[in-house]
Amino acid sequence: MLKQTEGSQAVAEAIALCRPEVVCAYPITPQTHIVEGVGALVKAGKIENCEFINVESEFAALSVAIGASAAGARAYTATASQGLLFMGEAVYNAAGLGLPIVMTIGNRAIGAPINIWNDHTDSMSMKDSGWIQLFAETNQEAVDLHIQAFRLAEELSCPVMVCMDGFILTHAYERIDVPSQEEVDAFLPPYDPIQVLDPVEPYSIGAMVGPEAFTEVRYLAHEKQLQALRRIPEIGAVFKDVFGRQSGGLIHSYRTEGAETIAVALGSVNGTIKEVIDGMRDDGAAVGSVSICSFRPFPLDELRAALVGAKHVVVIEKSLAPGLGGIVASNIRMALRETAVPVYTVIAGLGGRPITMNSLREVLEAAGNMRLPDVQFLDLDHGAVEREILRAKQTRRAGPTAENILRNLGHAAVAGND
Amino acid sequence: MNIMQPGPFKAANYKSDVTPVWCPGCGDFHVLLSLTKALAELGAAPENVALVSGIGCSSRIPAYTNCYGFHGVHGRSLALGAGLKVARPDLTVLVMSGDGDGFSIGGNHFLHACRRNIDMTYVVMDNRVYGMTKGQPSPTTEPDWDSALSPGGTGLSPFHPLVIALASGANFVAREFSGDIKGTTRTIVEAVRHPGFSFVEILSPCVTFRPDERAWKTQTHVASVEATDDPARAARRIMTDDGFNTGVLYRGRRKPYEHHVTDRIVDPAILEQEFAI
Repeated sequence: MLKQTEGSQAVAEAIALCRPEVVCAYPITPQTHIVEGVGALVKAGKIENCEFINVESEFAALSVAIGASAAGARAYTATASQGLLFMGEAVYNAAGLGLPIVMTIGNRAIGAPINIWNDHTDSMSMKDSGWIQLFAETNQEAVDLHIQAFRLAEELSCPVMVCMDGFILTHAYERIDVPSQEEVDAFLPPYDPIQVLDPVEPYSIGAMVGPEAFTEVRYLAHEKQLQALRRIPEIGAVFKDVFGRQSGGLIHSYRTEGAETIAVALGSVNGTIKEVIDGMRDDGAAVGSVSICSFRPFPLDELRAALVGAKHVVVIEKSLAPGLGGIVASNIRMALRETAVPVYTVIAGLGGRPITMNSLREVLEAAGNMRLPDVQFLDLDHGAVEREILRAKQTRRAGPTAENILRNLGHAAVAGND
Repeated sequence: MNIMQPGPFKAANYKSDVTPVWCPGCGDFHVLLSLTKALAELGAAPENVALVSGIGCSSRIPAYTNCYGFHGVHGRSLALGAGLKVARPDLTVLVMSGDGDGFSIGGNHFLHACRRNIDMTYVVMDNRVYGMTKGQPSPTTEPDWDSALSPGGTGLSPFHPLVIALASGANFVAREFSGDIKGTTRTIVEAVRHPGFSFVEILSPCVTFRPDERAWKTQTHVASVEATDDPARAARRIMTDDGFNTGVLYRGRRKPYEHHVTDRIVDPAILEQEFAI
């Protein structure tokens, strides 16, 4: 049903439609509205046979979900930022145990310095945990990906993170088609776990595995991701048959025919990028864009096919690998190995900094004119950075960087939020 | 700023120029006032005081003072404070927290900080709710308090911080009401002076998400009996009281954690040279 609603609320309704049996909730901005929305639906009796548990921390949230999933229940939780880091040990544990938990990430920066706003540093910190990571471009896709995520997770017995940009998606009100229970039931069968509590053969999971078999277990986790590469587009196709719209899949290409410069990004910034592409196309520039929906598994072949004809690939990414540059760009270079296509990294939108159309257009034009460095920071205040570097050179006791920068920019340093 | 300013100090000497963002009527304003009054009474120069906090409304308090402040990650303030105190035993360390930060996500550290008995003071502004994320239940929330994150209430027995502190080895246990400035100031002073780990729970109303807590003003009352040094007796009293009696409830005699780092008090002239003052 079409409705004007908040992204978080729509996701909460989608979760309810997936009939979770255990939902673990702990508040952290900007994810809180989602679990609160699920809680309200539980209270209203809209989700049958669901245990909603308000826990003491994110570590507990995912650990409870792991216990529930190991016992054969469809389990869901959500978190963001510091919460994802705090549950980090359990994140790897869930993947290693092959438990098909679905978790929403309301993407947010990681401190220090404390910052509640959007970027992708949180999800990127867990990119190699063994979870499937799907990035939603719009709130409609966020709704649809959650429904697909349960099916994908349970078919493969592998946990799935659905990543949606904090505030930009979680708190945005827009027109969203929230499906009916009948549609979701037709698409998502009841959970049929590969691990069950079998009274005939009680066993213990969480085995100690030594060098003789550890590599094989890890290899199988990799192999599962490769299976997901095949299943994600297939599940997207089945989804289209049932719901009548294309959502999910591995990547989305936009106006890439004959494009010399192609922008690549994850998540909601693709909306802005498409606007820029339209404007530049109107002016005769040969530009296009690719949105990566499945970051793990990483669709090397599909990206290679989409990008190999370009002269310049510009990766707009909302995370930074200090000491390297871009995480997504490094992955893209893997896709374009043994080709001569240059891949540029543009670090943008960190800690919620707006990514404007003008700035995006500038970097795409600069790439086309061979004037873009390998790693560029969009709209970086070079003056503020230079002053702080100079200060650190002049005095050993330079003090804390964040507080110095704020003072330098004329802001009082204040405590943050959670 | 009052760096290296000689005493005596007034409460105002400990306040920074950062305006608190707490809601009007928040009990934490009173805690800030009592804290600064207590520091003035203790005569501790601002640069000799470190306030350590985690995440939440209450954890903003270090920024509102001009003492050293450390605003850490959610729930880790006691561990941070322990590190700070063992590295610099000469500093007066107060860990400032809330019921969510301290008893839920950071609950584990609470037990072990009490056990370790490092000479520092733990002040928890307990409003029985997660205020900063807009109204979710904390471990001290009543079981029937309804919210989106606890449909129909948690149904769980509230955490009893004072008894937990006592059972875990805290050397000083007190409860105060934020609106009682005199009582809170006096208790913070005593808590800081008492050797070892001192725990002060301050009932600090969240008027935004728990307007019912305005009633604490009339519900709280000064404890009618003197503090005891007998943990069994203190435990019995604390477990059977109405939860609203205030004052020092337990003064222990445990030997505090022994420091191994030598105090590193340096000549101010060297500091001035280093900082190019």
